Amino acid sequence: MLSLVVFLPLAAAIVLAVLPQLPDAAARWAWVAVTAVEAVLVAALWAAFEAPGDGGVAFEEQVAWIPTVGSSYHVGVDGLSLPLLALTAVVFLGCAVYAVREQDRPRPQAALFLFLQTSCLGVFAAQDLILFFLFFDLSIVGMYFVIAGWGHGNAAASALKFFLYTFLGSLALLLGFIGLYLASEPRTFDMVELAAAAPLDGSPVAGGLVLGAILLGLAIKTPTFPFHTWLPPAHTDAPAIGSAVLAGILLKLGTYGFVRIAMPMLPEAWRDWAWVIIVVGIVSVLYGALVALAQTDLKRMIAYTSVNHMGYVVLAVGAAGVAGGTDAQAREVAVTGALTQMVSHGLITAALFLLAGVLRARAGTYDMGSFGGIAAVAPRFAVLFAVVAFASLGLPGFSGFIAEFQIFAGVIGTVPWTALALPGILVTAALFLLATQRLLTGPVRGKAADVTDLRSPELLSIGPLLLLSLLIGIFPRPLLDLVEPAAAAVVELVGR
Amino acid sequence: MDAGMSMDADFAALLPEMIVLAGAITALLAGSFLPRTRQGLTRLIAITALAGGAVSAAAGLSGTVRTVFEGSFAIDTPTTVARLVICSATLLVVCLGADELGGTPRESETYALMLLSALGAMVMAGTNDLLILAVAYLLASIPLYALIGMGRSPGAAEAALKTYLLGAFLGIALLLGATILYSLAGASAYDQLRAGLVDAPAGAVAAGLVGVLAGIAFKAGAVPGHFWVPDAAQGAGVAVAAFLTTVPKIGALVAAYRLLTTIPVTVDAALLIAVLAAASMTIGNFAAFSQTDVRRLLGWSTVSQAGYLLLPVAVVGTSALALPSLLFYLGAYAVSNLGAFAVVAATGEHELGRYRGLGRRRPWLAGVLVVCLLSLVGTPPTVVFVGKLTTFTAGWDGGVAWLVVVAALNTAASLFYYLRWLAPVFRPAERGPDAVAPGPTLRRWPATVAVIAGIVVLMGGVGAGAAWPALEGALAGV
Repeated sequence: MLSLVVFLPLAAAIVLAVLPQLPDAAARWAWVAVTAVEAVLVAALWAAFEAPGDGGVAFEEQVAWIPTVGSSYHVGVDGLSLPLLALTAVVFLGCAVYAVREQDRPRPQAALFLFLQTSCLGVFAAQDLILFFLFFDLSIVGMYFVIAGWGHGNAAASALKFFLYTFLGSLALLLGFIGLYLASEPRTFDMVELAAAAPLDGSPVAGGLVLGAILLGLAIKTPTFPFHTWLPPAHTDAPAIGSAVLAGILLKLGTYGFVRIAMPMLPEAWRDWAWVIIVVGIVSVLYGALVALAQTDLKRMIAYTSVNHMGYVVLAVGAAGVAGGTDAQAREVAVTGALTQMVSHGLITAALFLLAGVLRARAGTYDMGSFGGIAAVAPRFAVLFAVVAFASLGLPGFSGFIAEFQIFAGVIGTVPWTALALPGILVTAALFLLATQRLLTGPVRGKAADVTDLRSPELLSIGPLLLLSLLIGIFPRPLLDLVEPAAAAVVELVGR
Repeated sequence: MDAGMSMDADFAALLPEMIVLAGAITALLAGSFLPRTRQGLTRLIAITALAGGAVSAAAGLSGTVRTVFEGSFAIDTPTTVARLVICSATLLVVCLGADELGGTPRESETYALMLLSALGAMVMAGTNDLLILAVAYLLASIPLYALIGMGRSPGAAEAALKTYLLGAFLGIALLLGATILYSLAGASAYDQLRAGLVDAPAGAVAAGLVGVLAGIAFKAGAVPGHFWVPDAAQGAGVAVAAFLTTVPKIGALVAAYRLLTTIPVTVDAALLIAVLAAASMTIGNFAAFSQTDVRRLLGWSTVSQAGYLLLPVAVVGTSALALPSLLFYLGAYAVSNLGAFAVVAATGEHELGRYRGLGRRRPWLAGVLVVCLLSLVGTPPTVVFVGKLTTFTAGWDGGVAWLVVVAALNTAASLFYYLRWLAPVFRPAERGPDAVAPGPTLRRWPATVAVIAGIVVLMGGVGAGAAWPALEGALAGV
């Protein structure tokens, strides 16, 4: 079942790729249909999910792959990965709907995104480090072709920078994985076994080096300060749906790696270096917010708010590693917040990037100075943009609030001086309000006159993303019921 | 002694070598009786011989590990795998060159020389004796000089001369090194070297090792014997370029592995190999950055790949993964490299810029190019990824973690030039006055080879686990 969920998009991608005679419309609708089926399948997984105890995984499948190096095709789902699988299905469905009127080579584009969907689902389902790495790398390859093939502006250079930078990160990750493998006894790449064994506990130097390699890889992907420089150009030049997937899903691969790999497998090293992670988190929060405030390009601004929002996640997982005297409950709250933030940020940022894409499709620019008074000409766009801006700045009632509230409640309860990151929230609020004001209010100005209102594919793709964010904001229980036990397990693993 | 000789002289054990030799001679003879421009029959002979060599090599997969001819030739897993890979790779080369060479006046000679050079590589891989290594070196090299010069262009002449001078020079170094080791141990057979070198002065052993390794580096296209590779890859025909960047390497690296097992711990051979490996990958990568001719780019890429291939050689005896990972990487590299060359042969285009729009014109070839180049980078799930994963693991396990880090950094850097080739492939073709005129028509044979190679590159990574047990085996005569 799980393998079907992971590989169905790939199968569809292959079919689309080898049928050059397929009419464009058929390709577009096939893409929508497959992603819709995927969403249904993931919903079925969620409905059938029963939390496995003792670090196990549900829907487990394991087939020998390279037995001599202890690597197998091993997939499974738990409370950490299921919300992200669901997020992946939702965001890709949104992208497929958004692109239903795409004119630029729709068939290869659909194939590429379906390929990308398999690689993202695969990362979240993988329970073997080599399998994880395989999907992780394929997601980079897929995104490279998305940016290089369908981007605009200086797309080739941005795509190259993205590929080189994140590929370097993935190799650091691979070195870390090899280190874990060589330390384990018997040697294995299996994530469940490695998390149970924590093979490098008791060797602080080797543990620190391996954690360093893994953190470098994940920090580039997340991205955190100072490894974020690939992100703004990649986003600026990517197509709208590419940006939505990049920010909504691919960034989560990094933060997911923290909770899935770094924390459970290297608990001692994580505790030793927790303060570094906290500092990196705080700097990312503040730096991301301040740089975003200074942007005039809407997409660059959103890109930097991603650095800010991912900074909260890093801060929370760092604080979870601070042991000694503090109560585990606060740390659990922080990790729960981090996991919620991943889902929340995925939904909201994907919506933001799709809206930014609408602006570019109509007026050919992301420059915020070129617009003014959009509310008068495009009321539906204005409403959605305002809503998503408020959701992103963490207004109560939306998922972002639930996430950030828990993160701060947890981390300040654990490490009081992390309150230093609080101004990040204020700056983010200010910049979103400013952007909303500049774009939407006042007399119709500049290119705003060209902005025709949202068409139904746009409305039907962006709307549901926001609706989900709102649902999580008002009824967080279904998500939290899933995430809390997983967060508690992570905190327990990292605290042993 | 006499009884031992007769028991040892097991010609049946050398069946693959003999089939290839017979193929070379038959092709040459048949060529001299056929009209100059209608030598297609010799291609068939070469293909039959290589397929026969590969099949008879594969038959040896389950055989017992032993040495023949007084311990001078090993019949074991590395020999078997090297035979299999060399025969299959040469077979692919002959097929991918079918359109390029077909109907040319020197078709039969080309095949005969390729077969002889492949035979030299097979003997290099299998031998357990320094003197036979020297002979195999010559057998692998001399046909190569002729093959490179066969193109008859100024570039080919220069490349042939360069290869010849470097090959002769490093061949002398090999002989000199062999002489030193022989004089220290009193014998040239590896088992006697192993016993005799233990008490020999470390400095002298190191000098001898450096000499022999210099010769092997020439065949492997590794630093310091790498200068000829890019020139030859660019100057020679595409099929010959594919051959010379792939086949000699296989023999040379297995030979290096065998040689290293004889060196006593008094000499830090691992460090020497590690330094050569680091230099190869780094120099190859940096030189490849600015190339605009794809053959030259692949030529430099092969130098860097030789560096990765030396990584498991540096941990001979200290990691159980060293030998299987080396053998796997050799096969993986061969098919990926040949796939890329097959695309070059199929399109007939040599300039990077001319690949613009290939994705539209020839989607299948573009797909193969993506798969093969990403494989050379080491992206999963391609074959070279499994090779890199296992060689990195072996290297770290064997105590050269710093070299693994260097290799990882180089891998990231190598992405840059492979992408320089891939990026234009998917850009729309230019229109207007600057538009590139459509290239030569598609060549069938190399296109088929390319697609086969692309499929093997993908399947090989997924099926690596199935192939792995066949790579694990003891060295004969150790």
